[in-house]
Amino acid sequence: MQKVYTKIESIIGNIITVRAEGVRNQDLAEITTSQGKSYANVIKLDGDLVSLQVFQGGQGVSTGDSVRFLGVPMRVSYSEDLLGRVFDGAGKPRDNGPELTANMVEIAGPSVNPARRVLPDKMIRTGIPMIDVFNTLVESQKLPIFSVSGEPYNELLARIAMQAEVDIIVLGGMGLKYDDYLFFRDTLEASGASSRTIMFIHTASDPTVECTLVPDLALSVAEHFALDGKRVLVLLTDMTNFCDALKEMAITMDQVPSNRGYPGDLYSSLASRYEKAVDFEGAGSLTILGVTTMPGDDVTHPIPDNTGYITEGQYYLRNGHIEPFGSLSRLKQNVNKDTRDDHRSLMDGMIKLYSAYKDSMEKRSMGFMMSDWDEKLLKYGALFEEKLMDLSVNIPLEEALDLGWKILSECFEPNETGLRSDLISRYWPK
Amino acid sequence: MSVSKGRVTGVNGNMVNVEFTGNVIKNEVGFIHVGESRLKGEIIRITGSIASLQVYEMTGGIKVGDEVEFTGELLSVELGPGLLSQVFDGLQNPLPELADKCGFFLERGVYLNPLPDKKWQFTASRKAGDKLRGGDSFGSVPEGLFTHLIFAPFSLQGEWTIASIVPDGLYGVHETICTIENAEGEKKELSMAITQPVKVAIEGYDERVRPTEPMVTRIRIIDTFLPVAKGGTYCIPGPFGAGKTVLQHLTSKNADVDIVIIAACGERAGEVVEVLKEFPELTDPKTGRSLMERTIIICNTSSMPVAAREASVYTAVTMAEYYRNMGLDVLLLADSTSRWAQAMREMSGRLEEIPGDEAFPAYLESRIAGFYERAGKVRLRDGRYGSVTIGGTVSPAGGNFEEPVTQATLKVVGAFHGLSRERSDARKYPAIDPLDSWSKYSGIIDKKLVDEAYGYLRRGHEVGEMMKVVGEEGTSLEDYIIYQKGEFLDSVYLQQNSFDPVDSVVPVERQQESFSILHSILESSFSLSDKKEARTFFNELRQRFLDWNGTPSDSPDFLKRKDELVSFYEGRRK
Repeated sequence: MQKVYTKIESIIGNIITVRAEGVRNQDLAEITTSQGKSYANVIKLDGDLVSLQVFQGGQGVSTGDSVRFLGVPMRVSYSEDLLGRVFDGAGKPRDNGPELTANMVEIAGPSVNPARRVLPDKMIRTGIPMIDVFNTLVESQKLPIFSVSGEPYNELLARIAMQAEVDIIVLGGMGLKYDDYLFFRDTLEASGASSRTIMFIHTASDPTVECTLVPDLALSVAEHFALDGKRVLVLLTDMTNFCDALKEMAITMDQVPSNRGYPGDLYSSLASRYEKAVDFEGAGSLTILGVTTMPGDDVTHPIPDNTGYITEGQYYLRNGHIEPFGSLSRLKQNVNKDTRDDHRSLMDGMIKLYSAYKDSMEKRSMGFMMSDWDEKLLKYGALFEEKLMDLSVNIPLEEALDLGWKILSECFEPNETGLRSDLISRYWPK
Repeated sequence: MSVSKGRVTGVNGNMVNVEFTGNVIKNEVGFIHVGESRLKGEIIRITGSIASLQVYEMTGGIKVGDEVEFTGELLSVELGPGLLSQVFDGLQNPLPELADKCGFFLERGVYLNPLPDKKWQFTASRKAGDKLRGGDSFGSVPEGLFTHLIFAPFSLQGEWTIASIVPDGLYGVHETICTIENAEGEKKELSMAITQPVKVAIEGYDERVRPTEPMVTRIRIIDTFLPVAKGGTYCIPGPFGAGKTVLQHLTSKNADVDIVIIAACGERAGEVVEVLKEFPELTDPKTGRSLMERTIIICNTSSMPVAAREASVYTAVTMAEYYRNMGLDVLLLADSTSRWAQAMREMSGRLEEIPGDEAFPAYLESRIAGFYERAGKVRLRDGRYGSVTIGGTVSPAGGNFEEPVTQATLKVVGAFHGLSRERSDARKYPAIDPLDSWSKYSGIIDKKLVDEAYGYLRRGHEVGEMMKVVGEEGTSLEDYIIYQKGEFLDSVYLQQNSFDPVDSVVPVERQQESFSILHSILESSFSLSDKKEARTFFNELRQRFLDWNGTPSDSPDFLKRKDELVSFYEGRRK
């Protein structure tokens, strides 16, 4: 019989303390308040004084409410039954389905032994040319989408969820607007992708503590599917809300802030989540694509800054498309050598010409005369943006490469492209 | 030494408070019993009967009242033959063996023997009756390419006499091979393995000497302009994506040293995997053997427990000092020291210490200084020299060098290779900023000539800045030529193509040859009538120089291209 404690010593923010014995660090407890039951977990022990963070928040908790320790750490159910379901940040169903209690697994487990990691070498096809052709996503990669509020990053994630060639999608939503949650749900349902999707959704009005649990829940479930041989893609939006929730909790606990109010362990907290991305030799893989909205479009802000040090590149989403400059997939060279022999050269060649187009644009805006060459570049740039950069384009890599050659041939003579002659002789449309 | 016990009284993150009985030592190691497992921790503060431990593992599941067992020993590593080519975590757990035992994940509380259980061919260098002090060598075993000296423990106090020593032959690493006794009749048994506290610098040498010999990296901008000496220290700060890790990898492959120790401290695991998969395939240009045979990797990546990250750089430097005492040149690459400093900051916060700048502890500077000061060149007791060179990367928040870790590091290092986002965005690699960076060591080329070349770079840069304001039209031809010379120096000498098999590694002789031509071009005045002509001339010159850079030294084209290059610019000389 688990003992029930009914005297809460202090309630500060979302943290309560009770006097109890035999409690283990990070154990889960259930607290019954006038507003219902909520989970809480142990975050600090000092003698018999136990500090817990209440998932539902401290609001409405009475000093006489009862706290029951469950003797286990935070866990989540793992089985095929999760597919197609939607949960909240405490792991409770958000749809009308039943609560799952079978096969509980611990969240935030140990990290993978680096000696057991393998070099990532499998491409994930997304059907989005700006990713597949120019910054290929690789299995087991961790990549953030750096963006600013107002950009269609959730639309991009939904599109990737529908099109990516993986077995399972786990979507972790943090601080989502309710509308955005509905958008994800409806879009995935309409496309038929929801049967391979699991969602852990924390909306902006939900308690802060639950926000910090979403990545752990999503990644633990994903990790187990990966160990069972599945190729899993985890989409996390928006990691900035996750970091802000960490900040809020650290300040409540009187931790000394390090940089712009964020806790000193922000880097470690982010790394322990992002580093869950892995390719298990002989089993499946876990790939993470997160959204980080940059406050004030400032990449040196602590959140994008720490993220950039952890992740393997980044996509910049600006003005409704993935920027060809600045965006970088650090692992792309592991895979784009084996796709098609024109992939790398075409990628480099097209980006160089696009960069020349930007120069011409600048010249034009300053009122300079446009030469023949400038006119060609302007035509090329317009076609490039319309046919390849637009986010609604959904074509396989090979088609995208062919389209690239077609665009080049419509704008330039073969010798103007800087591409190798043997490639031109084989791929230039006749 | 009496060994104390205690019980847990509190847990806060990775700090655990323990009420102890008896005596405990600061920085002593203790084990917390949690169920079946024992979690390692180190005492970092003692107040009254409470010892605060920083625990090197996840602290979930610990409860008040859990038993704690102290060891009476400081956090130590085991040193002996068999360290080379291994991959350890920050506490010297061999990771491949751990994977064999535990599978994909790093299970907590599992501590394995760091030295492989193997027999070594021992040759004694001392005989019974000889005197022995701590840090004296009494024999050796062959380890790969090296003669691995077997030492008496460095912590051994006073003078001892060898009572017996085994005849030459095969012995296990933990077998007793020598017994010693002192004047008081106390006896000790010695084996090939010794333990050494990681936070105590290894001595056992005669004296420290000034580092003067350059450590060649075969990267032009470093060897010629910003040299590092064997036994020196340098740091590489830079924003993310500027190529810190790539530069470290290049150095670890090409540096002209005997042993390289890579401390991957709080960075991406994927980068360590690249080294793990790549190095066994690569050959060491110096010896023709696999690169892995001269490498030790200490790997405590970003998602591994934070406190062990703090220990990992000390583990690495202790191993470096150990091999230094065998008369070897050791290079320690720490990537990244900022993550190490952050680990200290995390712990300081838990201890509720008064924070300094950006919440880093007040002792940040002295810890950083203490770490870099463990580098150095020493004259050993047998008259030979050994060195430890330390190169640390720094990951400043927001790429801003005005932050505490970068500033504290700059105070104590001998060379500063600052990476700039501007250069890496412009694909100018290695992205070391030539104007901000500095080095106090002397390199492979006469300092005076290097300074002259630097002059062109600096003035060229000034003209370039001015040209942004007044345009090309407002710049005099004379200034414009200086600008072109600066750009020329940058593109043909400072930048190096790491994908080109020839240009990526440039040996000393070739650097000297190439620099002498470069220098003579910079010092020449050319008959150029206008800016257009100057631009065309330098473009052509650059193209020829780059072609020459890409030509293998042993190919017949090498001399031909060089002669063409020289006659091309000499023809235009005034």
